[in-house]
Amino acid sequence: MYFLTMATKEGSKMVKMTGAKALIESLKRQKVEVIFGIPGGAVLPIYDVLYDSDIKHILMRHEQCAAHAADGYARASGKVGVCMATSGPGATNLVTGIANAYMDSSPIVAFTGNVPRAFIGKDAFQETDIVGVTTPITKCNFQIKNAKEISKIVNTAFYVASTGRPGPVLIDLPKDTQTEVDDIEFDDGISLRGYKPNIEPHPLQIEKAVKLLTQAERPVIIAGGGVITSGASQELLAVAKMLVAPVATTLMGKGSVAENHPLSLGMLGMHGTITANKIVPEADVLLAVGTRFSDRSTGKVEMFCRDAKIIHVDIDAAEVGKNIRPHVPIVADAKLALKAIYDRLVKSFNKKERSLWMQRIQEQKKQQAEMENKDGMTPPHLLVELRNILPHDAIITTEVGQNQMWSALYLKTYKPRTFISSGGLGTMGFGFPASLGAKVACPDVPVLDIAGDGSFIMTEQDLATSVSWNIPVTVIVMNNSVLGMVAQWQRMFYNRRYSAIDLGKIPDFVRLAEAYGAQGIRVGSSEEFIDAVKKAMKSDVTTVIDVPISPEQNVFPMVPPGAEIDKIMIG
Amino acid sequence: MVMTREGKTYIVSAIVEHKPGVLYSVSNMFRRRGFNIETITVGASEQKDLARLTVTIKGDERMVEQVVKQLQKLIDVVKVSILDPEFTVTRELALVKISTLDTKVRSDVINYTEIFKGHVVDVAHDSLVVEITGDSDKINAFIELMKPFGLKEIARTGITALSRGMKSARME
Repeated sequence: MYFLTMATKEGSKMVKMTGAKALIESLKRQKVEVIFGIPGGAVLPIYDVLYDSDIKHILMRHEQCAAHAADGYARASGKVGVCMATSGPGATNLVTGIANAYMDSSPIVAFTGNVPRAFIGKDAFQETDIVGVTTPITKCNFQIKNAKEISKIVNTAFYVASTGRPGPVLIDLPKDTQTEVDDIEFDDGISLRGYKPNIEPHPLQIEKAVKLLTQAERPVIIAGGGVITSGASQELLAVAKMLVAPVATTLMGKGSVAENHPLSLGMLGMHGTITANKIVPEADVLLAVGTRFSDRSTGKVEMFCRDAKIIHVDIDAAEVGKNIRPHVPIVADAKLALKAIYDRLVKSFNKKERSLWMQRIQEQKKQQAEMENKDGMTPPHLLVELRNILPHDAIITTEVGQNQMWSALYLKTYKPRTFISSGGLGTMGFGFPASLGAKVACPDVPVLDIAGDGSFIMTEQDLATSVSWNIPVTVIVMNNSVLGMVAQWQRMFYNRRYSAIDLGKIPDFVRLAEAYGAQGIRVGSSEEFIDAVKKAMKSDVTTVIDVPISPEQNVFPMVPPGAEIDKIMIG
Repeated sequence: MVMTREGKTYIVSAIVEHKPGVLYSVSNMFRRRGFNIETITVGASEQKDLARLTVTIKGDERMVEQVVKQLQKLIDVVKVSILDPEFTVTRELALVKISTLDTKVRSDVINYTEIFKGHVVDVAHDSLVVEITGDSDKINAFIELMKPFGLKEIARTGITALSRGMKSARME
């Protein structure tokens, strides 16, 4: 590598280097510490530069896992996660992970190689139109035209990914833009005329919101993922306490308020707590913050809080009015909006007792607590026991299906960014690679993936990554040898006609773990389970705990699809 | 605003980055969100590197609001406005090819073209191509008139539009 420095008119320095070098320099300027990726033909020049770089590259075993790991890293740390893949199949394997990050507003930047510029559009070997493929699942994407523009585009990508409503951005680099040598200028500027993340709440809208909240008899707050993204937990609790307003969260908002707080109702929605699903529809004023009113949280949307006055705070204008028409729309950052509401309330709000309302909430909580009072090898019991031995800052990731909903219901979350789950896309196989990303971001806290046997097998090959890169996590496989949530729906809505759900007790997860050099433990009782978790958390190698459970177990409470949110089935 | 059974027709005008892929991301958003494009035109604007995109869509007010928000969300879309038909000039251009085997037909077509302030832009032994410009109703009317004569081909540009007076959808 040779450098030839010259001063330009403005005094900024131009350096002669390859596009690949320019890329890695740009990543360093963005303070990127780790890349999750897999090399291949179309990114060889980048990997050649990485060879000498102090940016850590973690070699994954599947590109989907690279994207999920970057996503898990981003959600645990609040920083931008970075993943990299080669052209063609490498790039398309990232797609599920990118779509997942898009649905859950997680900031990742994905890099793909592509065939040299002259071959683009010629269906060359391992060519795919990844920019076309990812257009609907990225905030924006770029194909590099020349080495000179790499630095500016990387800056733009990180800025877009991490601001406003965060999300994934993809940069596609044709191979010859990586080898092209040019005078590269590193300025930190970006140029985006069409992107102005609006973050300040409008004072008039705050005024309207405060008026409604002041008059409210039964105010309720719904906190979504936006509260966590903007770091607004303190402001949320301050507003909730002042109003004496209980707080329900969405799945994505889990952790925005400590779930042992008296005002916490737990999760709302299809598998929400009895407390949240009963109390939210009783609200006369609903303050929804950083949530998009997804069908899984509202139930039958036309009936959702029909008589309540709704205040909707979201940073994405396109979410305000999309599913629910609010009375007071506030397009703003959650933290700033909640702070503005609090500051305005402090001046005039006369604290109310709401003792009847609080009493009603306590009654519902008692009913919900009964759901946890089971024993033996039932997931609610196991997860309540697990929570008792975990430190509050332990990070939980989940797969998708029954394991996820049991975790959401019965594993109380106390801190933001400690419950990481695939909410929007519902990606089986997300939890394990996401746990690796989270552990890389937060090496000092225990990280546990609550899995099902169906989900875990979708990405278990990255046990190899976890062992070879020394990223010890604990995988708890709730093993019912069926695709549990599908089985539950077939049991409840398809007359027990179990179609294609039997996983046949394959594989033996203990031996599978051992084959990768990880630790495998099978447990037969809740005591053994707790002992195994304790052992796993002390271990410096990843542990897979096989927890046999009954295939007949259903997740309750449940609201049937398409029903109103308070039509709760409890068994 | 034309009332139809499906709702009103709205004209959305957007200033977008003039670069490859932008039309794709815009039209893809419409497809993805289930908004039906009636017409779409795109071309250079008065500003360097920016293009003006004009979309007409049928729907209700709520849907159009959502269209505007989703458009604004796209990074390459710089500015979006809904044009108020009372304060908007709209034009569409059509090229219409008519079979003119006998001279009576030929002279009738030329007469109608003059009445509609169109131009005959191509003449062959057995056909004419007429260029007609105006709002969509005028073009529809002309096409209806030509049908009995033996209409062979039609090419329409779709609607393009600008606000009247000094009101503008410029990017400041």
